[in-house]
Amino acid sequence: MFEYFICPFLQYGFMQRALFGSIVLSVSCAPVGVFLMLRRMSLTGDAMSHAILPGAALGFLFFGLDILPMTIGGLVVGLLVALGSGVVSRFTVQKEDASMAAFYLISLAVGVLLVSWRGSSVDLMHVLFGSVLALNDEALALIVGIALVTFVAFTIFWRALVAECLDPLFLRSVSRIGGPVHFLFLTLVVLNLIGGFQALGTLLSVGLMMLPAVAARFWSNDVRSLCLIAITIAVASSLSGLLLSYHASMPSGPAIIFCAGAIYVFSALAGRRGMLSSLLRSSRHKTA
Amino acid sequence: MSDTCLKFDNLTLGYQGHAAVHHLSGEIRRGTLTAVVGANGSGKSTLMKGIAGILKPISGACISEFSRLAYLPQQSELDRTFPARVIDLVSLGFWQKRGLLGRMTPADKTDLAACLAAVGLTGFEKRPLDSLSGGQMQRALFARAMVQDADLILLDEPFNAVDERTIGDLVVLVKRWVAEGRTVLCVLHDHALVRAHFPRTLLMARTLVGCGATDTVLTVDNLLRARGFQEAWDDNAAWCGDGRSLDDASGQVVAHV
Repeated sequence: MFEYFICPFLQYGFMQRALFGSIVLSVSCAPVGVFLMLRRMSLTGDAMSHAILPGAALGFLFFGLDILPMTIGGLVVGLLVALGSGVVSRFTVQKEDASMAAFYLISLAVGVLLVSWRGSSVDLMHVLFGSVLALNDEALALIVGIALVTFVAFTIFWRALVAECLDPLFLRSVSRIGGPVHFLFLTLVVLNLIGGFQALGTLLSVGLMMLPAVAARFWSNDVRSLCLIAITIAVASSLSGLLLSYHASMPSGPAIIFCAGAIYVFSALAGRRGMLSSLLRSSRHKTA
Repeated sequence: MSDTCLKFDNLTLGYQGHAAVHHLSGEIRRGTLTAVVGANGSGKSTLMKGIAGILKPISGACISEFSRLAYLPQQSELDRTFPARVIDLVSLGFWQKRGLLGRMTPADKTDLAACLAAVGLTGFEKRPLDSLSGGQMQRALFARAMVQDADLILLDEPFNAVDERTIGDLVVLVKRWVAEGRTVLCVLHDHALVRAHFPRTLLMARTLVGCGATDTVLTVDNLLRARGFQEAWDDNAAWCGDGRSLDDASGQVVAHV
């Protein structure tokens, strides 16, 4: 037992760093995912993760595999896509999901073109799939910074985020904060995806954001506990995914997301609000 | 503050250059209860949005003097599947007082309980929103409007799909608000209800047909006039000249640039 579960983390520094990085990332990403889900923007995270690719690729083209330029590039392009789709949906009849689909596809195409223009396919794999086992100090510092920003923003704007999800028209009738809060939220989405892409890659960082959140929905009907449950699921997935990747010599990012996926399937079946509980509902009922 | 709470000054509101409320002028006095009546498409909800500041005027102005506004829209964007409880929804009403960060005081909590009691939802505090019936949801929204402690309250068809008993309860509540000195505008279709409970009426058909005491506004003549307007947009509609008088424009769809 001890050897199987604890030893890998005690013996190897890279495992400790991977564990630390993915736990901090879990705590930061999961609540963002919960709000994405509640705003029916679950696929937006996926779109945004594609969108930040060209920014990361640009940074990579000019500076190689260096974290800072890739991060800044991803951030700038991610925000451009968020802002562009927000502006188009605000000033035309087009809904935000449609305009975002357009912008992220453009962005993705540009990104792949850029990577294939200069980089080798091995580098492309690194950008797309990351490696949590190769987190250096800078990457860890970045993840911790992003987690702090996310935590502070959530603490300050919690009420506005909930109001904007629950009743946006009401919020507009009492305050002008709705629009800025929406953009701030999209910024947090981009930041957290960027935090994840060093560890999990652009394509999978959205997994640690969304899977724990949508799995948590099968267990609770309260926003605060949804966030806490999602964080717990994300941390558990990180831990089990790292162990799986260590013992089975598998790539760490996909292993973590795979574990989160397994928890999702389990929750969908056995959760308090899952399939089995609705199938096995007995005919016993209270009169009122 | 003056006696007038709301003043429409040649107000034109609309969408994509088509007028929905056309050259409306009029006044609503403080502490009055006014029913806003008119056919579908006559611009009632658009007027409410204009007063609430959600829709900017194409021309003219809506001058309002109030410190807090409560607006209950006809088509709420409320997400009923959102994991929130009744108390979470109702306490949103404290936004204007407490803002983004302010905490609820013990007095606020007493207020909240009193408002829930007033709409008959005591004991529903912890109920999830998706478990409420249509009438209970409407009661909860009325409770939120009460919590807002607004001096101008806009209700847009608040009694749609609500049973008679609930309507009775809510009308009593609205009258109590007016007795407390608040100004209430309420969009309604039921003329009998308007005649029975609403002392003043604003009758519209894109333009103003009449505004004043209900008996003098809801006349056969006026109601006939209110029916005779063109509901559909007309791309060939004439552009409205600025100098045109109100009577010229009534009964036509007029596009605005």
